[in-house]
Amino acid sequence: MKGRVTYRGEFPVSEDIESILGVDWDVPKKPYPAKTVLLPTGERMVIREAAREEAPKILQAITPLLTVSRDFYDIVAARQYAELLGWYRRRVRNEFCLVGIVDGKLAGIVNSRAYDQKTHISYHTIALKRGARVGAHLFAAKHEHSMETLGAEEILVTAESPIGFRRWIVEWGLQVKPGVQHELGGVKTWVITRDIYNKVKPRLVMGSRPVPEDLLKRSATFEIAPLDWVSKE
Amino acid sequence: MRGSNSRDVSVVGCGMTKFGRHDDKTLIDLMVESSLRALEDAGASEKNVDAVYAASMLAGELNNRVAIGSALVDQLALIPAAADRIENGPASGGSAIKNAYCGIACGMYDTVLVTGGEKMRHVPGETITDYIATMTNIEAEYVHGVTLPSLAGMLTRLYMERYGLTEEDLARVAVKNHLNGSKNPYAHIQQPIALEGIYGSPEAEVNNPMIADPIRMYHCCPVTDGAASVLLCATEKAKEFTDTPIRIAGIGQATDKMAVQDRKDPAVLEALRVSAAQAFKMSKTTPQDMSLAELHDAFTILEIVESEDAGFFKKGAGSKALRDGVTALEGRLPINPSGGLKARGHPVGATGVAQVVELTWQLRGEADKRQVKNAKRGFSCNLGGFANNILAFVLERS
Repeated sequence: MKGRVTYRGEFPVSEDIESILGVDWDVPKKPYPAKTVLLPTGERMVIREAAREEAPKILQAITPLLTVSRDFYDIVAARQYAELLGWYRRRVRNEFCLVGIVDGKLAGIVNSRAYDQKTHISYHTIALKRGARVGAHLFAAKHEHSMETLGAEEILVTAESPIGFRRWIVEWGLQVKPGVQHELGGVKTWVITRDIYNKVKPRLVMGSRPVPEDLLKRSATFEIAPLDWVSKE
Repeated sequence: MRGSNSRDVSVVGCGMTKFGRHDDKTLIDLMVESSLRALEDAGASEKNVDAVYAASMLAGELNNRVAIGSALVDQLALIPAAADRIENGPASGGSAIKNAYCGIACGMYDTVLVTGGEKMRHVPGETITDYIATMTNIEAEYVHGVTLPSLAGMLTRLYMERYGLTEEDLARVAVKNHLNGSKNPYAHIQQPIALEGIYGSPEAEVNNPMIADPIRMYHCCPVTDGAASVLLCATEKAKEFTDTPIRIAGIGQATDKMAVQDRKDPAVLEALRVSAAQAFKMSKTTPQDMSLAELHDAFTILEIVESEDAGFFKKGAGSKALRDGVTALEGRLPINPSGGLKARGHPVGATGVAQVVELTWQLRGEADKRQVKNAKRGFSCNLGGFANNILAFVLERS
């Protein structure tokens, strides 16, 4: 029926316009199988796929970083905030988000999207728990999801921070993809091909499955820990 | 060496900033903060300070500041106290203490404030690594791309071949010092780590990536901002400031060939052997008399090698002592109860002073959760270059 209004969360939407503007997955989607990784601290981080309904809580965790200029946290946080808000309000197509949870607390967030089934686009990685290689494990996990669960053949990557450049582009040994502009804009576009992924996988993609039942249960929800490192470090 | 007419010197006040990252403070801000804490600790006023020695390795290069001694005196309202900057690479802090000691011992001054500081974290890591590498032999090492991690890597490899040192030993030093650092509110890194998290598990490859084979990330100290200060005084006047002066009983300093390849044995820190022997001789003590040691573990391999060349363990036995728990906080000879450079952090010009601050706190019994039981005497060594200029200190309760 034309002009019908419904609610998405607390937001009223016009269904006929929403059918034009709203997007979802249009390529085959499979869930990411949760795993655990051991951190330098000896803690186990559960990495699992976030549900769309968890987006508001994730956004709440990102919010304090929007004004932290150090290490380009503000840019990365602002962009990831927009991407996840777009995912939640159905304005970004084919997006997924993985979260890292340590001891029931949100430790990090990564997101990507599928441009099509073959080509995926890496978005952002934020470590809320610092100094524990959380970002490195989450970055690897999202590409594991793209390559192994969703069957991508290549992932386009770019970097906005020096840390990101060193960790992702240099550590993964990525190649420049000439003539292609990553949709985040910015500098060159690098690519993770299946060959590169297979080459780095034994060295950089870690984790154990299945996740023990109690740990999985404990990680079904998460708390947001105070970002004490912002003032502490 | 000490002359027969020289005066005894003691630490009567000390203070530090929190080590870590200080985006909101300048180098001088940090040095002022630690200086004020040391002066306050001693109950000293501007009238009590005859001279200020400011130690920094890279103030000009990284902070666009020179003449930091003059700046510090001015900021602290200590004019007309004498002021000097001391630069001796990462041993700048130790050198400043030695020079302050000499100034007091010879009778020129009664009290000298020594403050070491460095602000480094705002500069990219590659740039820091390059600046630090300029203290190697330029013709024989630097121009060929040698860095400090690479020298540590080569020393480690030699030690592995000669003495059977393992990567697990290197990781154990890091685990011990991170645990100690977690008990030190001034430490840069206050997070304990687990052995399996950085060694032996599949994840260790990601958690602890290679830096300079076989040196990995957790085998290296962090890049740190911070400052540390001590107020030194002629012991005969120390009671004017404190009831618990900590006497500087021994000092040694020695040098070695700049280029590691030119040394008699690259696996031996000869400058440490000489400087430690000087410090023990001057203090009429032996390594066995020490209750604790603060060693210069810029790389975890260095803690093991220094523990041997300072005379605490025979050559090649340092790693066994580590594995046996001898160097743990509760062990017979706790090494780096502060967390060492590995966890407390390494603002290069401040490190030598921070080591003496830690010894002072320990010997006064003020080290709280990391307090070494019945600490009576402590040893520290502060390395310049890749161990080509080393200062050693023995401190004791008066």
